[in-house]
Amino acid sequence: MADFDIPELKEIPEIPPLKEGAMAHSKPFESKPDFQEPLGFPGELVDNWEQVAVEKLGELKGKFRSLQVFLDSCVKCGACTDKCHYFLGTADPKNMPVARQDLLRKVYRRYYTFAGKFFPKLVGAVDMTKDVLDEWYSYFHQCSQCRRCSVYCPYGIDTAEISMAAREIMDAVGLGQKYCNEIIAKVHKIGNNLGLPEPALADTLEGLEEEVKDDTGVDIKFPLDVKGAEILLVTPSADFFAEPHVDGLIGYAKVFHETGASWTLSSYASEAANFGMFIGSYENMRRISRRIRKAAKELGVKRIIFGECGHAWRVAYSFLNTLAGPWDFLDPNYPVPQHICEYTWEAIQQGKLKFDPSENDHMTLTFHDSCNVARASRMGDKPGGQLEIPRNILKTVCNNYVDMPENTIGEATFCCGGGGGLLTDDLMELRVKGAMPRMAAYKSVVDDYGVTNLAAICAICKTQFAKVLPYYGFTMDQIVSLHQLVGDALILSDAPGDDDDTDDEE
Amino acid sequence: MSALSVSYALLFYVATLIFVIGVARKIWIYAKTPAPLKIPTMPAPVTKSGVVLRMAREVVLFASLFKSNKWIWLFGWLFHMAMFLVLARHLRYFTDPVWWWVNLIQPFGKYAAFGMLIGLLGLWARRFFVERIRYITGPSDHLMLALLLGITITGMSMTFVAHTDIVMVKDFFRGLMVGSIRPLPDDINLLLHLAFVAALLIVFPVSKLLHAPGVFFSPTRNQVDDAREKRHIAPWAAELDAAESGN
Repeated sequence: MADFDIPELKEIPEIPPLKEGAMAHSKPFESKPDFQEPLGFPGELVDNWEQVAVEKLGELKGKFRSLQVFLDSCVKCGACTDKCHYFLGTADPKNMPVARQDLLRKVYRRYYTFAGKFFPKLVGAVDMTKDVLDEWYSYFHQCSQCRRCSVYCPYGIDTAEISMAAREIMDAVGLGQKYCNEIIAKVHKIGNNLGLPEPALADTLEGLEEEVKDDTGVDIKFPLDVKGAEILLVTPSADFFAEPHVDGLIGYAKVFHETGASWTLSSYASEAANFGMFIGSYENMRRISRRIRKAAKELGVKRIIFGECGHAWRVAYSFLNTLAGPWDFLDPNYPVPQHICEYTWEAIQQGKLKFDPSENDHMTLTFHDSCNVARASRMGDKPGGQLEIPRNILKTVCNNYVDMPENTIGEATFCCGGGGGLLTDDLMELRVKGAMPRMAAYKSVVDDYGVTNLAAICAICKTQFAKVLPYYGFTMDQIVSLHQLVGDALILSDAPGDDDDTDDEE
Repeated sequence: MSALSVSYALLFYVATLIFVIGVARKIWIYAKTPAPLKIPTMPAPVTKSGVVLRMAREVVLFASLFKSNKWIWLFGWLFHMAMFLVLARHLRYFTDPVWWWVNLIQPFGKYAAFGMLIGLLGLWARRFFVERIRYITGPSDHLMLALLLGITITGMSMTFVAHTDIVMVKDFFRGLMVGSIRPLPDDINLLLHLAFVAALLIVFPVSKLLHAPGVFFSPTRNQVDDAREKRHIAPWAAELDAAESGN
């Protein structure tokens, strides 16, 4: 099944003995001029790239306090060394967060610190060489920017910030990553990661309406570009096609239908994902975000709600106000933006939704906290709402729910292994090995509590799990969308006749 | 005046200057560099007072480190807290009359040196015996521990083994504070102790000791989680908005 060893699943992931260079061969496909230029980057490696790289580093440390402080503050205490899922899964010491940071830090020291200029050997400072650049390209594409290390660092050093800066520098010298940059170019041009134009999107949504009608007997709408709608739903484009994502989209539509909401999707801003964050490009992240502002203005909506997507929710919750605000033209009674889980949970609390949780009785569920939701965003008005609200919803719509071990969920959650712009087939070995800690935690509740399925609220997590679950002896359909469970248990008040479940498959 | 006293006096003036200007410069850089995005590690406090509390837990209790690794926390916390006690005790060599609270902590400050010693030895041992930490340790990390241990051991031997003429030492430093150079005892323990301390002051602004000011400027720890309520924008980012105003 794979031309690399699949890690064995132990009860709680053990700290592996170091295997130097174990993942030195791992690197994603390089970008092409066609994908680089629309993003404002050189098409290929520029001649004076050493100088450009060093100058870009200087520019970034002047624009981002995080970078400047994080490059200076590390004391090599070792607190982060066993926290990265890629380290635990690959045993490559350069996947220890501090070692990954040092790949950039050693160049920073050489050009920007007294000690590195005059005593390079003493402080491990090195010149910007092709070897260094190649190492960056490999190991900064082995970080999913999940921020788990930052939870444990006594100075809050977040390797994600370092990885983003390194990728921004690599883009500036013309060494981009194909997967991310090709996708961003599509968003700039068409509006979504899939490059799905308006007619195809309209067609897809129409198909969904028919499918749901057949299934439920109810006319549930998937409106597109409806001017004057109250709510603009921005969801990852994977929700339009991929499994189990699309079941989540059907779930949102059912919730909107049942609450009587007036809502719409936008063909112009048909993507919640924002890969600009992955490549550390403020400008690209901003450009993508501003499509949502434009769509919201043109459609005249009053609220913006985001579908299930982890990093998208980070950009939405934490950055959207900065990048595309102020939102003074929207209804001030609602936070901007809101998460679909916030919307659903509020409707549940207001008694607007009735459920038959026995519809989900064929499953025993657990919940995977997506890293960007857990450690980089919030839901509701209290800290930690991003951990509680999805669980509250799950416990409302399912009878059988079990959490995975404490040190693998919540703020300590393990990344799915495919986040941060790594969800590409050319990084399959990394993705499988990086999923090991999550798979081990999942296996422990499968073995101990008979858990059958894993619910998630992130398009990347869903795609990644569908792909890697089989490597660990599970089946790809064990990953489900949270709103799929909501939709399946929701009692539609205008459903025809008695619901006698005769067509229930299984 | 002996050449020794004059050299040490000059050494301390230079070291103090480098320390103060170097650290102030770094703090200035940290303060003026914008944090363009809200990146607190969540769940994070939603109020300023919540952030003060979070920061206090970090700098007083090393809360995140405690979550991470109990051994590093134990040795690291022990070393730092003991060091603060010892430093506070040293105020008696710069004040006359000695402040009441400095007198109060005098006995604790004396024995806290053992805490420093144990902490440093524990941290250093980990650099040899834990494979992961050995891998990330560079020469400067060993040197820094050696320097701190040097300061601790020479200091302890003056407290517990062979006393120096402490009245004379105090007079020397009180003199430096008013710009007059007075004699310093030529006691090898003392001279080593002071030389190590001066070296520490000099390397502070160009070394990982910058974690001390750095921790207060860490955006993942010092930001309020209020991105939806308040628009947070850096000056350079606001210029991007201004350049395309109207949409």
